[in-house]
Amino acid sequence: MKFVAVTSCPTGIAHTYMAAENLEQTGKDLGHEVQVETQGSAGTVPLSDDIIAAADGVIYAADLEVKGKARFAGKPFVDVGVKKAVHDPKAVLAAAIAAVENAPKAGTAEAAAAAAAPAPRTASASTRKVGVGTRLRQWLMTGVSYMIPFVAAGGILIALGFLFGGEEVVYKLYGGEFEGVTYENVAGTVAGFPAGGGFDAVLAQAGFAGILFVLGQVAFFMLVPILSGFIAFGIADRPGLVPGIVGGMLANLVGAGFLGGLVSGLAAGAIAYYMTRLKVPKGVRGVMPVVVIPLVSTILIGLLMIFVVGKPVAAAQSALEDWLSGLSGGNAVLLGAILGLMMAFDMGGPLNKAAYLFAAGGLTIAITEGGPGLQIMAAVMAAGMTPPLGMALATAVRKKLWTEAERENGLACWLLGASFITEGAIPFAAAHPLRVIPSCMVGSAATGALVMAFGNELRAPHGGIFVLPLISNPILYLLAIAVGMVITAALVIVLMSLDKSKTEEIAHAEDVAEGVPA
Amino acid sequence: MTDLITAELVVLDLVATDKADATRQLAQKLADAGRVTDLDGFLADVAAREAQMATGMPGGIGLPHARSEHVTVPSLGLARVPAGVDFGAPDGPATLVFLIAAPAGGGSEHLTILAALARRLVRPAFRQTIIDAPDAASVAKYVQGEVGGQ
Repeated sequence: MKFVAVTSCPTGIAHTYMAAENLEQTGKDLGHEVQVETQGSAGTVPLSDDIIAAADGVIYAADLEVKGKARFAGKPFVDVGVKKAVHDPKAVLAAAIAAVENAPKAGTAEAAAAAAAPAPRTASASTRKVGVGTRLRQWLMTGVSYMIPFVAAGGILIALGFLFGGEEVVYKLYGGEFEGVTYENVAGTVAGFPAGGGFDAVLAQAGFAGILFVLGQVAFFMLVPILSGFIAFGIADRPGLVPGIVGGMLANLVGAGFLGGLVSGLAAGAIAYYMTRLKVPKGVRGVMPVVVIPLVSTILIGLLMIFVVGKPVAAAQSALEDWLSGLSGGNAVLLGAILGLMMAFDMGGPLNKAAYLFAAGGLTIAITEGGPGLQIMAAVMAAGMTPPLGMALATAVRKKLWTEAERENGLACWLLGASFITEGAIPFAAAHPLRVIPSCMVGSAATGALVMAFGNELRAPHGGIFVLPLISNPILYLLAIAVGMVITAALVIVLMSLDKSKTEEIAHAEDVAEGVPA
Repeated sequence: MTDLITAELVVLDLVATDKADATRQLAQKLADAGRVTDLDGFLADVAAREAQMATGMPGGIGLPHARSEHVTVPSLGLARVPAGVDFGAPDGPATLVFLIAAPAGGGSEHLTILAALARRLVRPAFRQTIIDAPDAASVAKYVQGEVGGQ
């Protein structure tokens, strides 16, 4: 059998290399090939992709978090700690062999099940097991860590667009009436980019601020595809990228938001993982990675996203808008709370969109005919600002609960939240959905209800803090936002602290994996 | 670069009460050779490493080591302990003690040498050659040749 191994120890000058030598020698004695990556002080020479691909199993004899663990995703492994490899390499190798033999054979139902929800495939000899929850979290974090820079780039570009262009930049780009002037749509769809000679029209009508804004939109449009693609990459390595990214793009296009992206990423990863392990005739094997797997996995994920995810989402979205219209005559505070819950639930997904479109649609009518539309718009915008602001606050006051990347995203969230860019909180929500989403929902509901109670009115559909002059009673409005922000931060800190030691350990481990000094 | 090990860093017949004593005697050699500037500071660093995980290795080896700011050049102190001294290895006391002293900062070149040393340690032939060597100079020459070349 062929094995790859990773060794490491606290000082990185002795055990790391003794374990490596032991594993290599013992492997040779027993007729197996063991290639070791020593993650020690002398620097790490990474194992080549070919060697990893050829390996039957993986041995982790590492006392530090394994760097680049995603490279070995899906292979049977044992995780023994460095000491065991130094003292008893034979037992380690025996355990590794057992792990490979006990792993589900490709093409069987167990293998498919393992791909969808991999159970820890460690041999009984291993001392540390990795649970399903941890694996799931690692996959999500892989996607999130690649997505975070897109959030920052896109969010800040959009915020700059507002800063230099004012809230009218949206009308100047995508058409509509602002302060008596009717603008044509020069930038295409909100998700798109002006085609061909359209740039001149954008520049003429919306100026450089408009260019910044559309650039931000393009970066933002990549959030869900990148999230989905790299979740799939975490599960299935390179073959996961194509179905993952295409699936994420489809999640965008069918309006399924980042929750749709989580679904597509996990499904694409499972499909690709399963396909790479199919036993196929030798003649076909050569074209599997470049033709068959990308083609088939893309078809499968496409059908899934269109028919299983897309259609219900579209139906749900229009049903929700009708439902909200029915509610608008009733209790205003309750409506504000419901809109808040929806804004924070999926941050750009169907519920969020339904709430936002309901408010933006009502705005046009309210400006000309009066009614509660202006208050509803104010409530929706405030409720959309609190999730990123709450996460920014939570990362600022309890640094230890978050990885370095998350803390930096938290910094960006101050600006994104202030600009009503709810998507700033997506990296947190995608990594810790069960803790972050409920916290954001409660905070946003409080803010939405308060705004309706205060009766703030807003005459613009976007802009966050930049349209504060357009809001009636701005002090109370800011108060409502602050209350939601504090509630969100407090709740998420409590939820994250429930399993504090584990959270901190994982956060630290991820920092180590990414080479961030603790 | 300076040799990792020289004859004056080798003790052929060390008598030690415990691993701290053995380590101190070897560290004293490094200090005498000017390779360790602060004996107690260095020993504290070694003890801190030792506390994380015992450095007794299979095959009768004790391997106290540390990266320490009190170390000027990467160095190896080596002692044969015929009576043995316990380094916490499961298979019994250590009859060979290697004290690895690495500077805290610095490039990876000397760490590569130490990595090579660690790899040699698990080979029985390497250990046997040291045990059979006639004098300190030949021990130093052999080890230096194995791990450093130059």
